Amino acid sequence: MSALLDASGVTVCYGKIEAVRDVGLRVEPGQVVTVLGANGAGKTTLLSALMGVLPARGAVTFDGRPIGRLSIEARVGAGLGLIPERRELFSTMTVEDNLRLGAFRFGRRERGSLDGMFALFPRLKERRRQLAGTLSGGERQMLAMARALMGRPRLLMLDEPSLGLAPLIVAEVMRTVASLRDQGVSVLLVEQNARAALRVADYGYVLDGGAVVLEGPSRVLEADARVVETYLGVLAAETGAQEARAG
Amino acid sequence: MTGAPWISVALPLSRLAALATLPRRGGKVGAAVPSKTIRTRHSAPPEPTSRTPRPVDSTILLLLVQDGVVNGAIYALIALSLVLVFTVTRVILIPQGEFVAYGALTLAAFEAGHRPGTVGLLLALGAAAFVADLAAGRHTLDARSLGAIALRDLVLPAAIAGATLVVPEKPGLLVGILLTLAIVTPMGAYLHAVAYRPLEHASVLVLLVASVGCHLALTGLGLVFFGAEGSRTPPLSDAMIPAGPLVVSGQSLWMLALTAAIILGLWTFFGLTLIGKALMATAVNRLGARLMGIAPSMAGRLSFSVAAFIGALSGILVAPLTTIYYDTGFLIGLKGFVAAIIGGLASYPGAALAAVLVGIIEAFSSFHASAFKEVIVFMAIIPVLLWRSLRSHPVEDDE
Repeated sequence: MSALLDASGVTVCYGKIEAVRDVGLRVEPGQVVTVLGANGAGKTTLLSALMGVLPARGAVTFDGRPIGRLSIEARVGAGLGLIPERRELFSTMTVEDNLRLGAFRFGRRERGSLDGMFALFPRLKERRRQLAGTLSGGERQMLAMARALMGRPRLLMLDEPSLGLAPLIVAEVMRTVASLRDQGVSVLLVEQNARAALRVADYGYVLDGGAVVLEGPSRVLEADARVVETYLGVLAAETGAQEARAG
Repeated sequence: MTGAPWISVALPLSRLAALATLPRRGGKVGAAVPSKTIRTRHSAPPEPTSRTPRPVDSTILLLLVQDGVVNGAIYALIALSLVLVFTVTRVILIPQGEFVAYGALTLAAFEAGHRPGTVGLLLALGAAAFVADLAAGRHTLDARSLGAIALRDLVLPAAIAGATLVVPEKPGLLVGILLTLAIVTPMGAYLHAVAYRPLEHASVLVLLVASVGCHLALTGLGLVFFGAEGSRTPPLSDAMIPAGPLVVSGQSLWMLALTAAIILGLWTFFGLTLIGKALMATAVNRLGARLMGIAPSMAGRLSFSVAAFIGALSGILVAPLTTIYYDTGFLIGLKGFVAAIIGGLASYPGAALAAVLVGIIEAFSSFHASAFKEVIVFMAIIPVLLWRSLRSHPVEDDE
């Protein structure tokens, strides 16, 4: 199976500092892939480079086509979507306008998907006339996801979607991510909440100091001593190991 | 009615233009006239020009307010386009004044029966923009995008130039106005492609320096194409409508009506169209907009075109009231800029209201202290800046 996203040798520098060093990463169609790592491991930088927000060296192909020199807009047109850590909503515009702009690349042909999005996130329908800046944290994350989905990306990259959210909302976000896979959307999920991420992902990479130090199927990573020690804690190690045995 | 119809609003901006060009053209009118005197110097009416000083009565008050509001309408148009361009592209569009002068002088050329030099400039700018667009898109060019760029940068200006050849020597006011708008509007897009798009990631300061450069270049080109002579155009309407103690000219009604129409048009554009919302989104959150596939180059091109259109229209509206020289636009643009600054370079209603205020301040200061008229208008910015700097938080260093 050819990968939807295939990146190799990705290197991003801030001045002389290499924030991401020679990273290779693949996302298959319909797969949820997670990138784990501590603060400052280079996760956000990696996503920004894949989206074209930051200049990077290395080869990136999307659906077999090299996209390394394309602008952000051109990558959006190719079917990539990114929900950045800061969401980057249009805070002084209404929820509905935010969503409509999510489908900007389709011009006026977006009516159906707006209703679909309201069906998926009923909360946003209640708030459709409200300014995005007045939403709560969870609602903002919902809006960011809905807005990105309006562009019907084939690969959606999420940067720390659970950051600063209550556990119940984190669970909802992860459910949505899982449902995306069912609709055939591939997901690249960057998370500090490793437990939640591994539960929903098929495959994972662990980033440390800007380089991939570990990769494998989620089940394997959940059971791996280094991941457990660093990210999951002792309690999770036990449950994770049990789950791995059960699976 | 009998009050003083000759200071009617038919000629409000004449004083402005005269003062703008004062130092070079040798007039010393402003300095020579004592304050508290009604002056009619540039209104060129047949009435006697010397009047004894007299206190402000309510008629004069009304006249000054009327004068100020009509001037303010033009400043409002300029201010709105400056706010639009700044919020979308972070560019302070100093060359906006040149679009005003180009609009006025292009129309004047049509009225005088010769082909305006701006047609050549349009073709040249289009060709330069073509090269710049090719350079910017060199990694992603395909046949379709190449065709679109050629259509926009080469075919469109050629078609407009062709239209100027087809029309009769004196095409009439309406056709002249339409052609003028057609010639000046695309210049905004080309200017963006040539001068600003390569600086897309530069700081506001660098963009400001680029604006100063564009202003100087376009002023110089204005001198080349139009010469040092000033021009006027006939008014859109000769009607003089008595309204109580005032006389309202048809021209000033046109100015107010078209200003209102532009404001309504902008409101509709931003409020109801997807592309208008895309511009607003770029202004609110540049990265967020890019992630939705809204290219900053598209947003910049569009907002510059809107600004050039509004500038040319302002020039067309002003040209019957005052003699416009190749460099007159700068001062008009600066007053619009004062209004935009008072509105924080962010608020459209704020900028429009401030523009009316600037117009009224100007009217009153030219009545009371004509020599210091410009000084007073530009000093109005200082308390506003003080207030803003005291009230605002430290500058966030985003972008």
